[in-house]
Amino acid sequence: MMLDVMRAAWSGTLLKVENLVVEYGAGSKTVHAVSDVSLEVARGETLGLVGESGCGKSTLGRAILQLRRATSGRVLFDGEELTAMKGEALRRMRRRAQLIFQDPIASLNPRRRIGDIVAEPLVISGVKDAREREAQVSEVLSAVGLDPALVMGRLPHEFSGGQCQRVSIARALVLKPEFIVCDEPVSALDVSIRAQILNLLEEMKARYGLTLLFIAHDLAVVKAVSDRVAVMYLGRLCEVGQSAQLFARPAHPYTALLLEAIPVPDPDVRPAERVPAGEPPSPIAPPSGCRFRTRCPRADQQCREEIPQLRLVAPGQHVACHHPLA
Amino acid sequence: MTGRALLSVEDVAVDLPTARGNLRAVDHVDLALAPGRTLGIVGESGCGKTMLSRAILQLLPKQAKLAGRVMFDGQNLARCDEPALRKLRARSLAVVFQDPMTSLNPVLTIGTQLIETLQEHLALDLGAARKRSAELLAAVGIPAPEQRLAQYPHQLSGGMRQRVAIAIALSCEPRLLIADEPTTALDVTIQAQILDLLAREQRRRHMAMILITHDLGVVAGRTDEVAVMYAGRVVERAPTQALFKRMQMPYTEALLGAIPKLDAAPHAPLPAISGRPPDPTRPLAGCAFAPRCRYADGHCASAKPPLSAAETPAHHYACFHPLRLAEGAGA
Repeated sequence: MMLDVMRAAWSGTLLKVENLVVEYGAGSKTVHAVSDVSLEVARGETLGLVGESGCGKSTLGRAILQLRRATSGRVLFDGEELTAMKGEALRRMRRRAQLIFQDPIASLNPRRRIGDIVAEPLVISGVKDAREREAQVSEVLSAVGLDPALVMGRLPHEFSGGQCQRVSIARALVLKPEFIVCDEPVSALDVSIRAQILNLLEEMKARYGLTLLFIAHDLAVVKAVSDRVAVMYLGRLCEVGQSAQLFARPAHPYTALLLEAIPVPDPDVRPAERVPAGEPPSPIAPPSGCRFRTRCPRADQQCREEIPQLRLVAPGQHVACHHPLA
Repeated sequence: MTGRALLSVEDVAVDLPTARGNLRAVDHVDLALAPGRTLGIVGESGCGKTMLSRAILQLLPKQAKLAGRVMFDGQNLARCDEPALRKLRARSLAVVFQDPMTSLNPVLTIGTQLIETLQEHLALDLGAARKRSAELLAAVGIPAPEQRLAQYPHQLSGGMRQRVAIAIALSCEPRLLIADEPTTALDVTIQAQILDLLAREQRRRHMAMILITHDLGVVAGRTDEVAVMYAGRVVERAPTQALFKRMQMPYTEALLGAIPKLDAAPHAPLPAISGRPPDPTRPLAGCAFAPRCRYADGHCASAKPPLSAAETPAHHYACFHPLRLAEGAGA
């Protein structure tokens, strides 16, 4: 495995994804959503996963949790192969790995009370004693900053987006999981609320000893919470590295483009004048070789012919590019 | 403010009746904009920025009550009748929405939509309108414009649809373009392209532009002036440089502070704003930001701070305890 070097730096691997491929049919065509992705997440680590819409980052998150089955490849969670599990075994594993969605309001059942929504995972996992459930729900609601006495009997529509996201986080935490996939958890929230939720996720991570896969399109948001960052483009990983390093010295031209395009709240920083034209191609017919080559200023014949593999370019930094930035 | 105003919004208030009582969406706002200038309006959801733009365009919901004057090129739009407004909106006052499908018709080709607009408002014949349509698509960066004319909106990506919406908005050479969160639904690399496109066309046409956004990053490099809105009011208004360099309003500071920064260390806690905006159907007696403000005292809870002039020119803020920041602070 090419990521073994990185792995040695961490105390232990909780999640290992090997050559994962997710493809699905669209009429007579095939959507190449995730193509040959390998990565590892160490226990206690937050791995950020960034990319633009349609790059396959959410599909990858769901395939890790087995909410969408992979076409090929393996997902190992704490040494056990999730991709080979079914039925009760998989359900048991799922208690240890949870998901938080982007749209906090749509992800809560509008007809159920907050107390029942947060208790549902406990019911499913067989906690029969109602008082025991209520105690656990109260504890986790307090942890996310909601007053259990005030919120348990109310319905989702009585709450703002930020509060609904707190409820979603409580629901994800109630089974005391080890691992949470956060899929764009703050994209639908206003700036002032976004900061509250990001801080809350960091607090919860420390309090419950969580490992996170944090999926987002906003690089600054990802940097705020991640130890390492993986950049994805059109189904493939472009670059994986320690966050501080990856942001200071991006090696992949696509990472550099993403960084360049972020509007900076400082009038002295002139916006990038030359963001390259063009848009990501369709994942139905991805370009041969390097998938970024159609938008890349450095692309040449080799990029058209050979798929670049992730390789080490600096300690803790891997890039899949034939012509990485110095 | 330089030059004579093309648009001036004078003491505009918008009230919306709701089941829970009257909702004051826009609370006595004054703004002015000269030709060729760009004004950024920044605020979070529900702050009234979109209702204000609709008040300018006279596109408010039917039940809404508008008070005050919207002066555009010497006439009060609030007094214009519908045919006059239609003509103005077609020729002089254009708008680009967050979701391009708000303005595009899904069952007509791009060509039909552009050509119809041009024929209707500029009285061009079919051949000329067709030629002009292709030129407009090329100008907004759409490759193979001739072929695109025959396509339907669903055949284009979100970024391309927004380019088409911009092409239609620019087709009759408007004097004012209102762009309401034009890039919020788009990816970051496409966002940069669209903002560049708007800036380029704005300069080229010497058009006035209002850029409405929730993102202080979007207005920082691309506007001449910024108005920050909170709970229906403009709480700070200043030339863009002055706003970022010498912001006076604690809300502006808090909003800027809450944005994750690329140069911050990983895992650094964000200075979040506690609580959330007040319920607009239950107006507060004092400053609407006071319950969330770390500088607030008893006075802030009982009296509404007026929009008053700062020491720097054209800079206004509504606060009893303005910040005293040195150069470059606030980041």
